[in-house]
Amino acid sequence: MTASTVERRESLGEFFLRAPAIGPALALVVAVVVFSLSTSTFLELDNLSLVVEQSLVVGTLALGQTLIILTAGIDLSNAAAMVLATLLMAKLLVGGVPGGLALILGVLVTAALGLVTGSLVTRVKLPPFIVTLGLFTMLTAAAKLVADGQAVPIAPDSLLAWLGTRRYLFGGIPVTYGMTLALVMYLVLWYALTRTAWGKHVYAVGNAPEAARLSGIKVNRTIVSVYLVAGLIFGIAAWQALGRVPNADPNAYQLGNLDSITAVVLGGTSLFGGRGSVFGTMMGALIVTVLRSGLTQLGVDSLYQDVATGALVIAAVAVDRLARRQK
Amino acid sequence: MRQRSLLCLVTAGLLAVSGCTVERHWGGSSAPAGSGQAKVGLVTKTETNPYFVELRNAASAAAQAQGAEFMALAGQFDGDNDGQVRAIENMVQQGVTTILITPNSSTGVLAAIARARQAGVMVIALDTATDPADAVDATYATDNVAAGRQQGAYVKAALGGAAPKVIMIDGTAGSTVDTYRHNGFLEGIGLRDGDPAIVGRDNANGDQSIAQQKMENLLQRSTDLNAVYTMNEPTARGAYAALQARGLRILMGSIDGGCQGVQNVRDGQYAATVMQFPRKMAEEGVAAAVRYAKTGQKPSGFIDTGSVVITDRPMPGVPSQDTTWGLQNCWGTK
Repeated sequence: MTASTVERRESLGEFFLRAPAIGPALALVVAVVVFSLSTSTFLELDNLSLVVEQSLVVGTLALGQTLIILTAGIDLSNAAAMVLATLLMAKLLVGGVPGGLALILGVLVTAALGLVTGSLVTRVKLPPFIVTLGLFTMLTAAAKLVADGQAVPIAPDSLLAWLGTRRYLFGGIPVTYGMTLALVMYLVLWYALTRTAWGKHVYAVGNAPEAARLSGIKVNRTIVSVYLVAGLIFGIAAWQALGRVPNADPNAYQLGNLDSITAVVLGGTSLFGGRGSVFGTMMGALIVTVLRSGLTQLGVDSLYQDVATGALVIAAVAVDRLARRQK
Repeated sequence: MRQRSLLCLVTAGLLAVSGCTVERHWGGSSAPAGSGQAKVGLVTKTETNPYFVELRNAASAAAQAQGAEFMALAGQFDGDNDGQVRAIENMVQQGVTTILITPNSSTGVLAAIARARQAGVMVIALDTATDPADAVDATYATDNVAAGRQQGAYVKAALGGAAPKVIMIDGTAGSTVDTYRHNGFLEGIGLRDGDPAIVGRDNANGDQSIAQQKMENLLQRSTDLNAVYTMNEPTARGAYAALQARGLRILMGSIDGGCQGVQNVRDGQYAATVMQFPRKMAEEGVAAAVRYAKTGQKPSGFIDTGSVVITDRPMPGVPSQDTTWGLQNCWGTK
């Protein structure tokens, strides 16, 4: 990056502020390098592919979460909505509904939930934290009611589990359809956020809702659209989850909501809204799985892995703060 | 009374608070022992685990058959001591004569149990013993150390003299059942914690997707293993998926005896599982509650409801049943 067009050299802090995905990308590279040097097993194609696969579900939840956090909102119900959708899809499939239809219905349910959340946030002016906290409680219970105490296994060769199918690119790189789908989703969202009017509106609403309103942006409509799109994404996360484990379990992903927030925060997106990027989030989701994979191979107990992940979240926000202060 | 408690529950739900402002008089309405009518309250760990669903259904059916009143409450997740304490308080409030509880932790709900017993309620632990064991009147449970020991003994026999190289996928760090099964397995296979023969170990909280991820990471570290211990069947399914993805076929054992687990054994996903009998625990617990209400007599001590190895590859010296028998006696959806 040259700074020839700028009159003075920009400070490091300003540079980080301009490209919020740079920090997490560096952290990810550092982690990969450290584990590649310290273990003989980390830097293998199969393992790198596995790390990506392990991050798909939380990475997809985090993609929707990023949109919401960009508008200065937060969603505590995303994983519960996803788990409910996995159960609905699996139940429908087992009940004889074609996989494609079951998938669409599941995604429609999470999209509708997004619409409900968005409407409550904009029309009734409820804080997103409260709305989604309530929904989280309700949806967790709903999933358990639908499951009736039983996890619902689905056929591993059904369309609902199709994303777990592994293919070998160029003769040796293991890739699942789930990875391809996640990459496409990230690219689409990146394009929408950075290259369209809608994306500019999302950032503007998150930065300064009042200023956005005065400049003619339909703030409420933008916010509702964000929750709706996020809801669609959480439905697709359910599809990813079934591709990974073809067994819909009401007890799975109990901490998925917090895991998704962790990925967003590690990815450099500000919880105050208006600043962040989807690729930062992608890095954030990968950092968590890279840490887990690498530390396991180093023989570190998983409880210490949790300690490390938590410390990293705090450190990431601290770095972000210091960068802003430099400005 | 019932309507009022229902109203109170609804109110509590709406307010999302646990403290209900109906006047509290501990045990004030509980029928004195020996008056005949048993009111049985069952507190399970969660409402979603098929094992506890089986326990609840069996207890409910037994109560109906023996003319006892029955209510069931549960914690919200594995390890939700607080939710169980609230459930116990609610039940004492509603005048139950006996509480059957599967404690989330062997020490987490002792104070609430003591208060219930002071109020004249008999408390019986099902499935999980308390620590100390005499914190409750009696315990009907699987001896989890014995269940773990059977898994260990089976794996040892199936290895046929080969030196074990084991990966252990445990449950929730610090949970009683988990510790007992883990220790029992080591005893059965003849190893100690920290032995180099244990080539990997991790906690998966009994969750299939977490188990799969942990197993994948452990296998990346080393695929030099010949046996896998799993603390329950969802864990075994997750571990199997990770092994299968690497094209490994490894001798694996599990514990539980859910119908899906027995089917997994039948399909060859893992070699054996150790079945336990929740229905028996529930039926014996309810029978004891009815006896107590009629005569005031209490059972005491630890009553082992038994466990048995289910496998289609029996090993000499390890008593077992085949999967056909297993599918007839398993719990959950057949």
